Amino acid sequence: MRTATAVAAPIEAHGHNHWSPYVDNGGTTLAIAGEDYVLVASDTRQSDGYAINSRYEPKAFVLSNNAVLGTSGCVADAKRLCEVLEQRAQLYQHKHDRQISTPALARLLSNTMYNRRMLPYYVFPVLAGLDSEGRGAAYAYDAIGSMERVTNSCFGSAETLIQPFLDNQVARNNQRGADPERLLTRQEALKIAIDAFTSATERDIYTGDYLEIFIIDAAGVHKETRELKHD
Amino acid sequence: MDPVTLELPHTLQRPGHAVAQEPMTRPAGPIVTGTSVVAFKYRDGIIMAADCLASYGSLARFRSENRLFKVNETTLLGAAGDMGDFQYMKHKLEDVMTHEYDMDDGQRLGTKSVYKCLSNIMYGRRTAINPLWNAYVVGGVDGGERVLGYVDLYGTTYTADAVATGFGKQIAIPMLRRRVEGRADEISEEEAVAILDDCMRVLFYRDCRALNKLRRAKVTAQGVEISEPYSLETNWTYAESIVGYGA
Amino acid sequence: MFRNQYDNDASTWSPQGCIFQVDYASEAVKQGTAVVGLKSKSHVVLAAVKRSPNELASYMKKIIRIDDHMGIAVAGLTSDARVLSNYLRTEAMRSKMVYGRALPVGRAVNAIGDKAQINTQEYGRRPYGVGLLVIGHDDTGPHLYEFSPSGVVSEYYGYSIGARSQSARTNLERHFEQFADMSLKELIVQGLRALRDTMPQGKQLDSMNTSIGFVGADAKMTILDGDDTQPYLDLLDEGDAAMDTE
Repeated sequence: MRTATAVAAPIEAHGHNHWSPYVDNGGTTLAIAGEDYVLVASDTRQSDGYAINSRYEPKAFVLSNNAVLGTSGCVADAKRLCEVLEQRAQLYQHKHDRQISTPALARLLSNTMYNRRMLPYYVFPVLAGLDSEGRGAAYAYDAIGSMERVTNSCFGSAETLIQPFLDNQVARNNQRGADPERLLTRQEALKIAIDAFTSATERDIYTGDYLEIFIIDAAGVHKETRELKHD
Repeated sequence: MDPVTLELPHTLQRPGHAVAQEPMTRPAGPIVTGTSVVAFKYRDGIIMAADCLASYGSLARFRSENRLFKVNETTLLGAAGDMGDFQYMKHKLEDVMTHEYDMDDGQRLGTKSVYKCLSNIMYGRRTAINPLWNAYVVGGVDGGERVLGYVDLYGTTYTADAVATGFGKQIAIPMLRRRVEGRADEISEEEAVAILDDCMRVLFYRDCRALNKLRRAKVTAQGVEISEPYSLETNWTYAESIVGYGA
Repeated sequence: MFRNQYDNDASTWSPQGCIFQVDYASEAVKQGTAVVGLKSKSHVVLAAVKRSPNELASYMKKIIRIDDHMGIAVAGLTSDARVLSNYLRTEAMRSKMVYGRALPVGRAVNAIGDKAQINTQEYGRRPYGVGLLVIGHDDTGPHLYEFSPSGVVSEYYGYSIGARSQSARTNLERHFEQFADMSLKELIVQGLRALRDTMPQGKQLDSMNTSIGFVGADAKMTILDGDDTQPYLDLLDEGDAAMDTE
């Protein structure tokens, strides 16, 4: 559900008495987990209705424990959620004198979001990092903190375009002779992430401009920026 | 005998009583409003403009309102939306800057910090479902770096080479995408003024809530400068040929 | 039991103008092992001797990270230091959240100074039994502050508190004019040299009991313990050898 505030300027009075505190600023984030790495990709367009606010406003954030939080939905909520999560990760470090693990951070994110059950963060995050065995771990959430560990996930305005593609190419669901347990290699995942976004950009007006790809492995976080369609 | 019941105006009722009556309501929108703010980066810093009109609905109520505000030596704030909320915000930021001054320790609150502080206030109010009905543009030079950001009543924030609010988003931004985006470093002050005046002129032509009396401001390494009100040259001769205008 | 009739609480003056409870708290600082702080134009360094309460126990932590840009070294009651460091950490996080900036070091120290002052004026309170050296790097460059139980805070080029710290201060006073242009490595070694002067007879600085902390424009707050301190201890010895041959 997208609120069309494009024509009605945001500063204009609403006719009715109720004001919604939410806006959907568009954009898409996906994550693919592999054996010893995990990939997060997000476009950098930020929209408000039919207007493009900014062509470069990243919505995936590297946290201090080398996990990456990819977001979509309401940017005001997404940015605050990221800050709150980062600070709670800092508190963990102060308390235990070590970085928080990705699975622990994943649960912390779930609790952080559920804490705002009565006025949820309008954010659909994916959290990616390495688990304690060094395997790629991706977690997908709904806006009130329900979470699941996944091998692939896509949220945002191009979710309906990209998720079926990932189901087919990453999870290999319902394919004769395919091994659904096989995880993608780094090169395969990168190729699929890029293809997913270049295709989605063709049809989704809220996704575009630049693509930021984060690959997290034992050596740290590698970031790559690519161009997408600017129209 | 009927007990005497005292009916308080609903604004004076205690919260506990309000629940039993009807849900508490708040003003659902802005009252006295300012229209677009337009700003972009150029070679020496940030340039910004806003007209001097504060409207009351469709009435052009106050015709010499200043919607550009110097927050500190390096930071400029432009406001659209409710002028009362803007004045409240000005007071809040003045408090913050006074506190900084009182600290007297050589620390300076840069543009990014002012922007962050402003965004937090806006996000906090929207989260309390009691938004300040504004869209703000913050411009400044922070440690030699140009900063241009936007924040609105939802707490939405972004930075870009060109930023505008309200109608300016529809009309000025497409012009600025062509003339500014990606070439901010090449634009001289002279050209920046020309581009900005063009935007404001078109906005005056098409925005019923705009006024041909405006202020321009710039932030450079030398500081903030806000101009006196001035007018743009307009040409209405071909308006006659537009269907629906005159004849 | 009492040394005199004016030291029952922190809100009573002695006729000589002393608040004895505060004086006693300052004595507690001198019970802790020494810590040294010193700064150059670009960096600030802490060096500390850790004490192990007994053979079976681990060494007490002496340097605590507050944020990426700030850290403290402790002399005195470690538990009181923990209360103060928790407070500083919260304030540092608040500054980041509200203004998006690193908490200015001077304001951080003044904030805990104000907390300490309250304990020297209100009935029924106990002054903090801990002294801190606070280092940090903010928009106005590197800083070294001393915090004391009296609530007094002072800024220094180089300073030392704790047991036998006078020896370290004497060393710092002799060399402080050269600190400004020193590299980080030189600064650390210089700090260890001052710290060494506080060691009791027959005790040496080694990788087990030495703790090093530093922060600068290009370096986040870092704490070195154990084997990580060895290269600097080696440099300290090399420096001595060089001096001997001269």
